[in-house]
Amino acid sequence: MQVTSSVRDPLVTGGKTVKDVSHDISRHVENKPPRSWWLALAVSLVVFAYGLYCVCTVLWHGIGVWGLNKTVGWAWDITNFVWWVGIGHAGTLISAILLLFRQKWRMSINRAAEAMTIFAVICAATFPLIHMGRLWLGFYWALPLPNAFGSLWANFNSPLLWDVFAISTYFTVSLVFWYIGLIPDFATIRDRAVVQGNQIRAAVYNALSFGWQGGAKTWMRYEAVALILAGLSTPLVLSVHTIVSMDFATSVIPGWHTTIFPPYFVAGAIFSGFAMVLTLLLITRVVFKLEDYITIYHIELMNIIIIVTGSIVGIAYITELFISWYSGVEYEGYAFYNRVQGPYAWAYWSMMTCNVISPQLFWIKKIRMSIVATFVLSIIVNIGMWFERFVIIVTSLHRDYIPSSWTMFHPTMYDIGEYVFTFGLFFTAFLLFAKFFPVINMAEVKSIVRSDSEKVGHSSHVEEEVHA
Amino acid sequence: MEESKKVYWKGIEQLANNPEFVKNAHHEFAQPGPEEDLGHSRRDFLKMMGFGVSAVALAACEAPIRKAIPYVNKPVDIDPSLPNYYASSYVNGGDYCSIVVKTREGRPIKIEGNALSNVTKGGVSAQVEASVLSLYDNARLRGPKVGKDKISWEDLDKQVIAKLNEISGKGGQIRIVSNTILSPSTKAAIEKFKATYASTQHIQYDQTSSYGIVKANEESFGAAVVPSYDFSKAKVIVSVAADFIGSWISPIEFTKQYALTREVTEDKRDMSRHYQFESILSITGANADYRTQIKPSEEGAVVIQLYNLLAGKAGRPTVSGGVEKANIAKAAEELWTNRGNALVVAGSNDKAIQVVVNAINDILGSYGTTIDLNTPVNFRQGDDVAMSNFVNELEAGKIGAVIFYNCNPVYDFPAGDKIAAALKNVELSVATSYKEDETGTLAKYMAPDHHFLEAWNDAEPKKNFFSLGQPTITPIFKSRAAQESLLVWSNEPKADYFEFVKNNWRTWFYKDQTFDFQSFWDKCLYDGVYELPATAAAAVTFAGNVGAAADAIASNYKAGAWELVIYESGNIGNGSQANNPLLQELPDPITKATWDHYVTVAPKDAKDIDFSESVTKYATITFNGKTVKLPMLVQPGQTPGTIGIPVGYGRTKAGKVADNIGQNVYPFVALVNGSLSYSATVTFTPTTETYQIAQTQTHNTYMGRETVVQETLLSEYKDKNWDRDFHPSVATWTDPEHKVAPGEISLWKGHEYNNHHWGMAIDLNTCTGCAACVVACNVENNVALVGREEVINRREMHWLRIDRYYSSDAPADDWRGIEVAAENPDVVFQPMLCQHCNNAPCETVCPVAATTHSTEGLNQMTYNRCIGTRYCANNCPYKVRRFNWFKYHDNRQFETANPAMNSDLGKMVLNPDVTVRSRGVMEKCSFCVQRIQAGKLTAKKERRPLKDGEVVTACAAACSTGAIVFGDINNPESKVSKLLKIRPMDEKHPHRIDKIADNPRAYQVLEEIGVKPNIWYLTKVRNKDAATA
Repeated sequence: MQVTSSVRDPLVTGGKTVKDVSHDISRHVENKPPRSWWLALAVSLVVFAYGLYCVCTVLWHGIGVWGLNKTVGWAWDITNFVWWVGIGHAGTLISAILLLFRQKWRMSINRAAEAMTIFAVICAATFPLIHMGRLWLGFYWALPLPNAFGSLWANFNSPLLWDVFAISTYFTVSLVFWYIGLIPDFATIRDRAVVQGNQIRAAVYNALSFGWQGGAKTWMRYEAVALILAGLSTPLVLSVHTIVSMDFATSVIPGWHTTIFPPYFVAGAIFSGFAMVLTLLLITRVVFKLEDYITIYHIELMNIIIIVTGSIVGIAYITELFISWYSGVEYEGYAFYNRVQGPYAWAYWSMMTCNVISPQLFWIKKIRMSIVATFVLSIIVNIGMWFERFVIIVTSLHRDYIPSSWTMFHPTMYDIGEYVFTFGLFFTAFLLFAKFFPVINMAEVKSIVRSDSEKVGHSSHVEEEVHA
Repeated sequence: MEESKKVYWKGIEQLANNPEFVKNAHHEFAQPGPEEDLGHSRRDFLKMMGFGVSAVALAACEAPIRKAIPYVNKPVDIDPSLPNYYASSYVNGGDYCSIVVKTREGRPIKIEGNALSNVTKGGVSAQVEASVLSLYDNARLRGPKVGKDKISWEDLDKQVIAKLNEISGKGGQIRIVSNTILSPSTKAAIEKFKATYASTQHIQYDQTSSYGIVKANEESFGAAVVPSYDFSKAKVIVSVAADFIGSWISPIEFTKQYALTREVTEDKRDMSRHYQFESILSITGANADYRTQIKPSEEGAVVIQLYNLLAGKAGRPTVSGGVEKANIAKAAEELWTNRGNALVVAGSNDKAIQVVVNAINDILGSYGTTIDLNTPVNFRQGDDVAMSNFVNELEAGKIGAVIFYNCNPVYDFPAGDKIAAALKNVELSVATSYKEDETGTLAKYMAPDHHFLEAWNDAEPKKNFFSLGQPTITPIFKSRAAQESLLVWSNEPKADYFEFVKNNWRTWFYKDQTFDFQSFWDKCLYDGVYELPATAAAAVTFAGNVGAAADAIASNYKAGAWELVIYESGNIGNGSQANNPLLQELPDPITKATWDHYVTVAPKDAKDIDFSESVTKYATITFNGKTVKLPMLVQPGQTPGTIGIPVGYGRTKAGKVADNIGQNVYPFVALVNGSLSYSATVTFTPTTETYQIAQTQTHNTYMGRETVVQETLLSEYKDKNWDRDFHPSVATWTDPEHKVAPGEISLWKGHEYNNHHWGMAIDLNTCTGCAACVVACNVENNVALVGREEVINRREMHWLRIDRYYSSDAPADDWRGIEVAAENPDVVFQPMLCQHCNNAPCETVCPVAATTHSTEGLNQMTYNRCIGTRYCANNCPYKVRRFNWFKYHDNRQFETANPAMNSDLGKMVLNPDVTVRSRGVMEKCSFCVQRIQAGKLTAKKERRPLKDGEVVTACAAACSTGAIVFGDINNPESKVSKLLKIRPMDEKHPHRIDKIADNPRAYQVLEEIGVKPNIWYLTKVRNKDAATA
């Protein structure tokens, strides 16, 4: 008999059994990918190749091919960096914090969200690398490595150095967490491959699963590790963007020098991360026919988080405006006047519309429950979050203290090309992940179908499989 | 186990163990085999093979080719790495400066002013500073040429002499055409030439003529000269369109004199009052206290008005004409009150206007006080009429031979096109310019002169003020002194110009000397100058006809719909050095435009013709059938209805740098009433074609930010007992009611600089914005030039820039309105460079500690450590850090704009003490740390403390007005400490970073953000009445 809760919608619909779960998710790894996947990969690779050309041009000729100038030393590069890092927040938040809060609805989305995190952090990391004038030295000089130059050491006062630590720690922990979650599922695929007689796949996934056998003790340790990693990741979710925000908050530039940046940046990061997760999952669930696992209920819950974080961000924007006026500091006041009224006002108002006004539409249940509306709004939110970083970085710099240096920033094809490059990288990686890795955590989802969607009349069969 | 006593042997020989066996026992074979007979062992083979392979491998690697060639014998006076200094003279036509040239290993690399000269008094200009790069110009002639072919000097001389003899034999006319010649020896050489070829006439002309002044003085006083002016004695200065700081007659000298009157200290509580009446906003007008916008056609009327007002007071007859303009009556009143301490000058080249000006100065008693007719200056000897007659003769085919002595009239004389056309029919034409210019390419022979840094010369800029020019490098190419050429062609037996100059000086000056001539000569050469005692200024009698002049003015000037002013810009000047990229990239002090030619338009007119600052459009300007098309530049302060175009652009044969930038507007200068007129009524038609001008500053007002620019009125300043207007202060937590100066509170105790603490003072009052310091900094510090495109991208590399701000009519809290400059704005110039903050925000943010603080208060940049995150530049409140966006050296892309780093010839100008920065690193002002180190080393070697003034930054050295003062603020006796009245905040710790400047005018830019700069600015004081402020 199907067990249904009177107060909650089932997390997995369609009366899926444990076997269905294994089958539905593993078959994308086993079967030939659909034509849409090939098409998407081809497009991603083309975009990636074009982006790579732009990256190589920058490395060959110098940062000068970008549109930066003596006044605006950072623009698209760091905007994109912060944007991608922000996006990379959702995965860990979902898998770590929601795990600690025992939110079971996270189970069908955490795998993809974590993958997204990892790829987003990789994309983000390309910008601080490429934006260096001398990448060939900078990539290791920024690390506190022992060297033959006497007391020459990295500058621990610099927020950029904190960034290096924050991002690399976050990346490492996220990667380990994600991979450990993948191990039982790799074993499932291996087992199926053995049955199907595909020896190559069996060997590859056996190696990937580190020879997982699924003994009770292994499961016990596995869960312990997951919990420990979740505990480790939780502060990281807060620390990464806090530290990224300190790149700006510790400076003296009006519009950057703001104490509310850490919470404001973290909220913004979760906001944009969830929007990105939605964008990706809404496509994935259709392409791989996973509507029963990623249900409208998931989408609604995520939309609620978007309302909450979007509203926090909105309050932060208004607080900034208020304080700039209340402080009575001429430069602070002008920096925000200039955002609202200056030559980049269009960017500011794009940001306000996309980030503050548009998520409020989710108060309406119909919109919150609409796939199309969610998809559109998730993209709008990410556009808005890109503008937020652009507004903070460029409009603060382009008119700071000394009016003689005031100038505008105009992006070149290479500024845009670098951004395009990360899209190519991100989607290529995500598509490869979707094809070769189980996009939903089978092991975890199985634990919720057990209670939620036993098929009527097949209970004994299910019991058998579970006990097997 | 018991040890076995058994012994085994390999053979009977071992058992016998005879000496023969022992000797060969360690060899592989008892008897040497045939392969070992060669005397090489296997190991030898391996050794040799190893050596051979590595030698071949090493040889295959390309060894770096170093083109430095060491001295075989060390010259007596050259020590590698130690600079030598030579006094010399910069002479470019009528422009003159007494200089000291710094050479390193035989290469001139920097020019500074010569303080021993009483003419220029150590001052320099941007053109003078930049001229060292012209020495290494790739467009220079490599040797003499006939047509397009090379020729040897011997052949050239033979052919030229033969032709000259032929022409003079048949009675043909010979002309030597030149700009003003300051050199008495050159004139003597020309006299020798004239003596040989009797039909020779020497004609001088100037790009910017003062012929009208000469004629006016001839009429007024019977002396056809340009007098000496002394602005330093003037309490009231009225200038009618004379840009005496920028380009008029002797700007370096005048700037220095003018600055003396603009200094304000607690001891010297007064300053001159300066009225300017002009059409374009000149650098002089920008420094004026009262500036009135007039049209060029009104210049005469303004002068007449002033004359009439003063004549009324003096009881002289008034004349007809005159026009009512703001500030004329006030100026007249004050001139009259300050008789004997007043000076009126006019920029016009019209004799009639200058006669009236002479009359005014006569009324004011300026002759003998601020004007000295007995010491005429030689800067402008051009004769407009003679030159025009020459062109007519040339056209008529009456000239047999013409020698263009270091001049380029095809380009810079208004009738240049006529000269160009007529030159084809002239039998012999010779050009002596050191470059193949517009005139040279049309001349039959090019007999290139040396660059002035390679040549001996002398000069007499003013009567009785002489100076010498000496070579600072062996001529780089096969050039020859032009004077020597003239002497050779005059068949002089000993045609050595050096001997010629020396002999002249022996004859002229070595008369009543008590020591031998060689000592006298050495002394003159060492000093660079030889000055005779000044003759006393005698009283003069004015004999000019003011009435006739007024009638001439009334009939000659008619207002036009669009009146054009042709002027010299502050960077390119008259265009003779246009191929110098240092000048092309130097922002014009007013427009801040680089690499571009433009027509300045009043904001009001720009509005009329639907034109906004962000989108520049072209306009066509037509005069006398000649049309040029130039982009418009909106210029606050420009009189509505007038437009201004700088000369110096539109070169076609100057070289890669200058060619095809803009249009040549010399043809717009016309001969009106016997002298060249630099204004005209023209047709002006804006077009819709858009263009972007490369400007280094596009935001023109300082937004009412009093912590950036502080200015006050002299009267207010006096009233407030020498306290400036604005003091930033902050409330503290402990006592919120009592606000303190931001410098007084800190989280840190503050480090100590136990030795030196370098600091700088910049006086906004005496800074005229001339930008000589910018070029000096470029040359001293090997600052890359980046070209027009990169300036448009806002990436010029200047370590020191001059911010130019206009006032706005809007109130300070109207943030939108205050962005717009006033119609006739007050102007302030603010040199901006690294402030060497004691709590530098750039230092904390660098992830690799590439920018750090020295123990002497310098904010230092370690290029080798920089990885180029640009975080420091973002976090710099002053935006003085410059990033190497590209590789600016050895890069084809920057070959044209930056020859000093991209050609072997150009690289000779680089300062070997300063690294050429690579791509991807940050750079900025270092307070000329190489000079500081050199000075400290000298002091250390001599076992004495460093003296104040021994170390001077390049900018401070180049500042003609002394507006920039650099020194040790730990030393209470240093000039900068005394000027700023520096005292330590904590008497017990005099060497701590916290110092207070008690000079009431001293302030620090952005003091309240607490970065504690080491540069103080002195408040700009305007000598205006409070009521009209």
